[in-house]
Amino acid sequence: MEGKIILYYNLVSKLMLLTHEEEKGLSGEYGEAIASAYRILVAIGEATDADKLIPIQWAHVSGVNYNTIGDSGLEFLRQISLEGKTKVRTTINPMGFDRENLPDLPPEFIAKQIQIAQSYEKIGTIPTFSCIPYEIMSLPIGGTQVSFAESNAAVLANSHLDLVTNKESALSALASALTGKSPYSELRIEENRTPQLEIKNELVLKDELDYGLLGYFTGKNAKKNCAGLCNVSERLDMLELKSLSAGIGTSGSCGMFRVGDRSTAVERIDFGEKEMKNTYDELSTADDGEIITFGSPQLGMNELNKIQTLMDGKKFSKPCKIFCPRTVYCRGEKLGITKSLERSGASFVCDACTCLTPLICKKDYDSIITNSVKASYYMKTSNKVSVKLSSLKSIVDNYTQ
Amino acid sequence: MNIKCKRIVSGKAWGKLLLVREPINFLGMVNSSTGDLSYEHGSNAKQNLKGTILIFPNSSGSSVGAYTIFALKKNNVSPNGMICTNIVDITTASGCAISNIPLASIGKKELEKVTSFYESLTFKQQTLITLDTKKEIIKLS
Repeated sequence: MEGKIILYYNLVSKLMLLTHEEEKGLSGEYGEAIASAYRILVAIGEATDADKLIPIQWAHVSGVNYNTIGDSGLEFLRQISLEGKTKVRTTINPMGFDRENLPDLPPEFIAKQIQIAQSYEKIGTIPTFSCIPYEIMSLPIGGTQVSFAESNAAVLANSHLDLVTNKESALSALASALTGKSPYSELRIEENRTPQLEIKNELVLKDELDYGLLGYFTGKNAKKNCAGLCNVSERLDMLELKSLSAGIGTSGSCGMFRVGDRSTAVERIDFGEKEMKNTYDELSTADDGEIITFGSPQLGMNELNKIQTLMDGKKFSKPCKIFCPRTVYCRGEKLGITKSLERSGASFVCDACTCLTPLICKKDYDSIITNSVKASYYMKTSNKVSVKLSSLKSIVDNYTQ
Repeated sequence: MNIKCKRIVSGKAWGKLLLVREPINFLGMVNSSTGDLSYEHGSNAKQNLKGTILIFPNSSGSSVGAYTIFALKKNNVSPNGMICTNIVDITTASGCAISNIPLASIGKKELEKVTSFYESLTFKQQTLITLDTKKEIIKLS
């Protein structure tokens, strides 16, 4: 009956088409979890002028950290997990701490965080607890529609991995996980994947921090869909790409960038010395910090290798926390990289990420040192901790002995 | 008087008309236990969302505000229906969807009609209106 179409008559704009199966799901025939998921998809579809839902092959869900979703989110997930089951491969974002190395946090926080993790497990998600699913999972073929809620992952998937996703929210990605569908709108439509606005870079971008700042500036100015980046190298390494994508994802609703000169953009904005300085001054709020943190987004193997090479046997002069997915940690352990970095004074935290973790809070730290613009933004706005922003290389140059 | 609207979350509701002229940050401005709405600029006008048809521009702030809408519903202090007058943001759309609260959007012309209707009322707090997003109409009595 999948082919039978039901028309949703709409007075103001287009017609939204639902298949018979989708209509049954929406009406509650397959239970409240599925009905709730379809209500989310239809609501977002109506709001973004989608004319139909389309299949997606992979969902990546945010809203896992108790710090971000709170008691209401916990209760919602508990209810959904009573009958909801994932229909497609579903990975999940970091939670608040390392499951295998419980920190000194209030027992209530730990208990509630574990309840959230259990609800996700019951639904059938893969317990990745990672914001870099693209570095730890096999990738689908180019052009595949996915549904990524984590903003750095959505931007990087669209811009570098040839995957197609909107910049989903925790709830829209969860709805996609439960139904295998997403509204056909915005970046899922090819014509919206062409830049309408172009950022013209006038600087020599020398490290990942510069790319992060360019990204943050781009996201702030490009309100929607796809932004063009002019005079930017097409051969960025993973560290630079992640920093750029995370910067774009943090400051606005733009979900994609394209590098290269385009003639289609109708608006151009320059990114020069002044713009770079203003962006840096907005995000770097301290002259120094009490602890170094790496990993927002979490670090992959490339970055662990890079830090090890830069360290070259030196020791950190301040405490240093490295946030990475457990799978990356395990590989690093086999290769001896984690041991080597631990000897340099670094400690590893799996399952969590610098931004929004309760492990870095005002009670323990006034300021931190990091190379991540994303971490800086969330430390400032949510954790109320000041940040000294510095590139990976200058952190190693200045804070080792 | 009937006014056209665009359906976002399907359903029918009636309640007291509550017209709010600035975006609502559900995470910061709304008490999810009581339904009280407080303004960031410190206005003293006390408003409560319970049982209302809430007409407002859009949500602002964190998308986690969707869960605040869910908590309002769970605590029986949510609006009965909601209408966005500027844009339908993802927080309001998903919050109403998971809470099964009918949601619609209206354009500038429709908002003008609602506003002049509201201004003409003597007992502004007591006016009941109906939101039927299935038929895509708002009934102002």
